[in-house]
Amino acid sequence: MLELLIGLSENFWLQALAVVATIVVFAVIIMVFVAFVTYAERKVLGAMQRRQGPMTVGPFGLLQPFADAFKLLSKETIIPTQANRPVFFLAPILILSLALVSWSVIPVGAQLVLSNINVGVLFLFAVSSLGVYGVIMAGWASNSKYAFLGGLRSASQMVSYEVSMGLVIVTVILCTGSMNLSEIVLAERTWWMQLLLLPMLVIFLVSILAETNRAPFDLPEGESELSGGFMVEYSAGTFVLFFLGEYMNMVLMGAITTVLFLGGWLPPFGIDTLAFVPGPVWFVLKVCAVLFFFFWTRATFPRYRYDQLMRLGWKVFLPFSMAWVVVVAGALIYMNAVPAQG
Amino acid sequence: MIGVIAFYLFSFLLLVSAFFVISARNPVYSVLFLILAFFNAAGLFVLLGAEFVAMILVIVYVGAVAVLFLFVVMMLDINFSDLRKGAMQFVPFGLALGGLLLAELVVLYSAWPEIPAQTAIDPAVAVDNTRALGAVLYTDYVFPFQVSGLILLVAMIGAIVLTHRTRSGVLRQKVAEQVSRQQSEAMTIQKVSSGAGVDHV
Repeated sequence: MLELLIGLSENFWLQALAVVATIVVFAVIIMVFVAFVTYAERKVLGAMQRRQGPMTVGPFGLLQPFADAFKLLSKETIIPTQANRPVFFLAPILILSLALVSWSVIPVGAQLVLSNINVGVLFLFAVSSLGVYGVIMAGWASNSKYAFLGGLRSASQMVSYEVSMGLVIVTVILCTGSMNLSEIVLAERTWWMQLLLLPMLVIFLVSILAETNRAPFDLPEGESELSGGFMVEYSAGTFVLFFLGEYMNMVLMGAITTVLFLGGWLPPFGIDTLAFVPGPVWFVLKVCAVLFFFFWTRATFPRYRYDQLMRLGWKVFLPFSMAWVVVVAGALIYMNAVPAQG
Repeated sequence: MIGVIAFYLFSFLLLVSAFFVISARNPVYSVLFLILAFFNAAGLFVLLGAEFVAMILVIVYVGAVAVLFLFVVMMLDINFSDLRKGAMQFVPFGLALGGLLLAELVVLYSAWPEIPAQTAIDPAVAVDNTRALGAVLYTDYVFPFQVSGLILLVAMIGAIVLTHRTRSGVLRQKVAEQVSRQQSEAMTIQKVSSGAGVDHV
């Protein structure tokens, strides 16, 4: 998309302005979407627990996220006296900016992608593996035992589940023969390929719950034992950054699932008659479906114990996904369906 | 122009952060600057057109290795100022080692064979570097590649064997046993006659 914009003009400054403006618009749209995701979560949880959810600010409580943000921003930012100030402020900024950076390679529509790079999948994986630093730094810089323990837990959890996520991504790359996210969406998948990828989708969905520290894997902030986890010392504006970062990561993981497994901007189930609906609409709807899965599990399952979480990651998901990589590769060779050399 | 600016930005930041890795007082800062250095090196790889190597550098070194560094530095209770006290006596040794490496580099540079003029690669046959690397690694170099993988595996298993202790009295959850438990083993239904209490059951 950026190449198109640069082609509009010869002037360097005009090109730069167009690029920066597009990125800002993209970021603002995502921010507003994330704000409404927090609202949607409270409404969905409310409906599942037979209560109303937010309903006083604006029609149907629609302005609630903005009211919350305004309230938090108008509060006093408290910094613990023993905290390491630079790292303490760097951590939430890092988390939020990493969650935003990943969006640069997500194809929202057929040509709607900021940067259509060849190693898009690896880029996403690299950036999401950096997210762990925000958490460790927050835990360490707070200089508090609860925050530190929460940070350590979260770090080991994220590192563990990244391994099986990587293997899941490998199976998708095997079936599509490309690391470019747009090509992954467009690649033809036969019915048996989709059947083989189905268990991988299940593993991926559970792994992204663990990766984003969401219920039932929200041990880093298990309030009964660690009070608030790694962000216990954060208040007001810095807390808003953490909060936004967490939800933006959820939306991002939903988008990655959509691109890898749910067919991106294409109409669902390959129904061509639905192609008159614009691609981005389908994309957003699919992301919303994954987000609903996030909320649903949060309302349904109790929190895991820490050793159970580690066991699931290392002793169940890792061997299974490793074996499945071999199975998928074997099936591709047997069916003579190895993707053609580019 | 952007490429030139990006090159100088990345290399400047790389050198500055590499300097702070060794000069920072706080070891946690050192590791954080090391991460910044890795990151800028990845940026330089991207500028060279080696995007696959760049991403792998970030995933492996920043995403996994540096996390372990950070863990160790944060968790170990080492007084680094004590360690630093006797550091001055090693300066001559360090200078000698550095001088030796520099001399080797100079010798290597002067003995570098003349590179034949590069012919431009035809864009029609050019493949992206993921494919190119894969094609080389899994054909010509498959044996060294697999052997290095095996060495890493041995190292990993060795580390586990060396540090693993079996302690007695540790309660473990055996999931297979829990799942295979039948209703008949877990509970019995007893008929309690009224007024007799449960003592006789």
